[in-house]
Amino acid sequence: MNVPMTPTNGGCRTAPVLKERGQREVFCGLTGIIWLHRKMQDAFFLVVGSRTCAHLLQSAAGVMIFAEPRFGTAILEEQDLAGMADAHVELDREVARLLSRRPDIRQLFLVGSCPSEVIKIDLARAAERLSQVHAPHVRVLNYSGSGIETTFTEGEDACLASMVPVLKDTTARELLVVGALPDVVEDQMVSLLTDMGIGPIRLLPARRIDDTTAVGENTVFALTQPFLGDTHAALERRGARHLSAPFPFGDEGTTAWLRVIANEFGVSEETFDAVTAAPRARARKAIAQAAEVLRGKSVFFFPDSQLEIPLARFLTRECGMTAIEVGSPYIHDALHGPDLDLLPAGPQISEGQDVDKQLDRARAARPDLTICGLGLANPLEAEGLSTKWAIELVFTPVHFYEQAGDLAGLFSRPLRRKSVLRLEAAE
Amino acid sequence: MKLTVWTYEGPPHVGAMRVATAMKGLHYVLHAPQGDTYADLLFTMIERRNHRPPVSYTTFQARDLGADTATLFKASCQDAVDRFNPQAIIVGASCTAELIQDDPAGLAETMGLSIPVIPLELPSYSRKENFGADETFYEIVKHLAKPQERTPRVTCNILGPTALGFRHRDDVEELTGLLSDLGVNVNVVAPLGATPADIARLPAAHFNVLMSPETGEAAARWLEKNHAQPYTKVVPIGVGATRDFIAEVSRIIDKPVLIDESRLRMPWWSRSVDSTYLTGKRVFIFGDGTHVAAYARIARDEMGFEVVGMGCYNREMARPIRALAKEYGVEALITDDYLEVEQTIEALSPEMILGTQMERHIGKRLGIPCAVISAPVHVQDYPARYSPQVGFEGANVIFDTLIHPLVMGLEEHLLTMFRDDFEFHDDAGASHHGGKAKARVEVEEAVDEAPQPADDNIIWLSDAEKELKKIPFFVRGKARRNTENYAAEKGLHQISLDTLYEAKAHYAR
Repeated sequence: MNVPMTPTNGGCRTAPVLKERGQREVFCGLTGIIWLHRKMQDAFFLVVGSRTCAHLLQSAAGVMIFAEPRFGTAILEEQDLAGMADAHVELDREVARLLSRRPDIRQLFLVGSCPSEVIKIDLARAAERLSQVHAPHVRVLNYSGSGIETTFTEGEDACLASMVPVLKDTTARELLVVGALPDVVEDQMVSLLTDMGIGPIRLLPARRIDDTTAVGENTVFALTQPFLGDTHAALERRGARHLSAPFPFGDEGTTAWLRVIANEFGVSEETFDAVTAAPRARARKAIAQAAEVLRGKSVFFFPDSQLEIPLARFLTRECGMTAIEVGSPYIHDALHGPDLDLLPAGPQISEGQDVDKQLDRARAARPDLTICGLGLANPLEAEGLSTKWAIELVFTPVHFYEQAGDLAGLFSRPLRRKSVLRLEAAE
Repeated sequence: MKLTVWTYEGPPHVGAMRVATAMKGLHYVLHAPQGDTYADLLFTMIERRNHRPPVSYTTFQARDLGADTATLFKASCQDAVDRFNPQAIIVGASCTAELIQDDPAGLAETMGLSIPVIPLELPSYSRKENFGADETFYEIVKHLAKPQERTPRVTCNILGPTALGFRHRDDVEELTGLLSDLGVNVNVVAPLGATPADIARLPAAHFNVLMSPETGEAAARWLEKNHAQPYTKVVPIGVGATRDFIAEVSRIIDKPVLIDESRLRMPWWSRSVDSTYLTGKRVFIFGDGTHVAAYARIARDEMGFEVVGMGCYNREMARPIRALAKEYGVEALITDDYLEVEQTIEALSPEMILGTQMERHIGKRLGIPCAVISAPVHVQDYPARYSPQVGFEGANVIFDTLIHPLVMGLEEHLLTMFRDDFEFHDDAGASHHGGKAKARVEVEEAVDEAPQPADDNIIWLSDAEKELKKIPFFVRGKARRNTENYAAEKGLHQISLDTLYEAKAHYAR
């Protein structure tokens, strides 16, 4: 049977967690805009913030602006802070200007930042007011992507959670799949489920403002991303039921994720195998190639995106690696529990961060591969540690069977590169 | 409140980080929320630095705001001193911390640290990155520089190079060599590579070389006033500017100097016949004020280009750039809005842009070649090879930089000659831009082509339209605009073959 076996030494769900507070080397939630605005093709993300927010967005995106992008920052200036200008009047003016220039925009997100939270600009009120002004053509919502409230991927969580209350009511028994995925991956997922006879499948976020995504007491939902804690809570408040499962990374994770949904919808064993056999075989083959390099190697995760626990499960169980430390910015038992169950006991599980102390631990452990943010990668490489930029795990299609090999490849490439370079001076 | 999509400069605390990261033995304690650590990656990724910037972020969260962020700041400060053992610290606030008014400077002073604590006041909501760097360096110099005897030999300091500077690494090396040729030793280079102890030694030098006014001018002025050190006003970028700089140094040290131009190739490269095609190329120049001023002179006097417009994004340089633009008979564009820069470039339709990475993208969009001459920097602005801007080798490098994006002399003739060639046709695109050659698709000519309407009701007759298509794609836009302008001036409503060639003759130079 295809049910994953729990580790014989027990999993990590009840392992003691090292909780730390200190300097965090992570992005704030605004960063999610980089992929959310590509996913929601009729949405504009208007950050109400400072020059730092604008600078973060362009630096994190790492690119210049080719086409006029669907995000921007309304930069607060001296006069906005001194109360010489009414922030709401200013905001209304900027929004009106923006929407008149961009008639293709159907949903506008007002995104709170650290400065807007600290000076308490009420963006919920602004969103309500602007919704009335620009309805029915444009829907205006708000959420906070501020660093004082959100860590990196929590920005997507806050965004999706803000959409839940405005979803239509339904009594239909429907599957809602939650989490922004690249279109190509989403299509694969929908086709796997459809082939099993499951449908209709609703998506959050939808690619465009969409009246078909609805929620109610007969809705069951599955999460594709491990950082959607608030969205999970918001959906449960609407009466929907969560299908708890390991996250769909690798062969095992994807199979376990699909199986939970298949069981819920009464899909037969034969149908499940018929649909998944071929892509599973491909995934295994592709993973096996990368795993040759990874087998027996150790890995250390710095906290970044909350993907760390499911990815550690993938690397240890499917690629033969040993985890030394698995750091996550936050751990939610309801979301991360199934992956923690499967992660073999041994690694230090840590939550939060004090980056200098964690660097001390990494230096002492000398892992073969360190998963960390861009601010740490080159400095650690210079110390002789191989690294993988964590942000690439968020920006690259890595979910489900067809990407399982690519996912393993992201981790094996730095090690392969190290083994092919002959740059040391002759002894 | 101003809607911004992309910005040339970061906030002022990023400028402070550029100074702190450039130095050694200095630590920056920054009162800032989670997320502001993004700035670390500018240094570790763009500049490929192998160390983390020496910055401790207090990382306060929403739940701390009601409680005690001041204690958090003091703890971070103490941790940083204990762990990194710096010779001095600078303390300040990012934009959010400025709002909660914890007064990092006052807090740090009460801690009784045994090392100098230098407080920074950087107004995040009115100033930007270059100001932040300039102000931070000035504060460091003001706090640490000690009165002392001059060195026995003639020495100078090089002021202004920072982390994330445009070619600062190589400029320091080239400038040090140039000064050595002039018999002047370098006492201290700062901030790049300097320790707080080195900053204390600044007044030992006889004068200062201000390499980067954007990031070093306030310190240079202060040293002039308080330690009687004159500073150089010419930034030696370009052949003429380098010669002027040498003359300025000679005046300051009051000694004639011998100029060794044996490695300077640029003037001959520019005079040689292959460069004839550069004559009168219409260029638009945009970047930081210092580089724009230097490149305007290079473009006009050393490359033989025609400068059709210039501007800068740093308001601190608005006045000199306005004056310079007037001298060149053009309008200065002072803005940090890239859309405005794009509109100006579109309207001027230059043949080449000298700009930042943003203008390079604008150029790509408009099909105009661009050479990058100024920060904000990109990973491509950190070449592995030696590639200075200043001095004679800098002039050689700049010549190459300015011609590489262009279609070369003979190549230009070949393109014209074979413009109907099966590979050189319009849809093939410019080979320079990595386009894959596509075979031309032969289209049956429409027998009865409708006249093409243009702006302001000017109509292109089909003969003229066909002729226009024979003009190579990279100058066609200009030919079209020139012809339409000419027709509009003459009050013509139709453009015939004759109008096209009359316009060509009209604009010929």
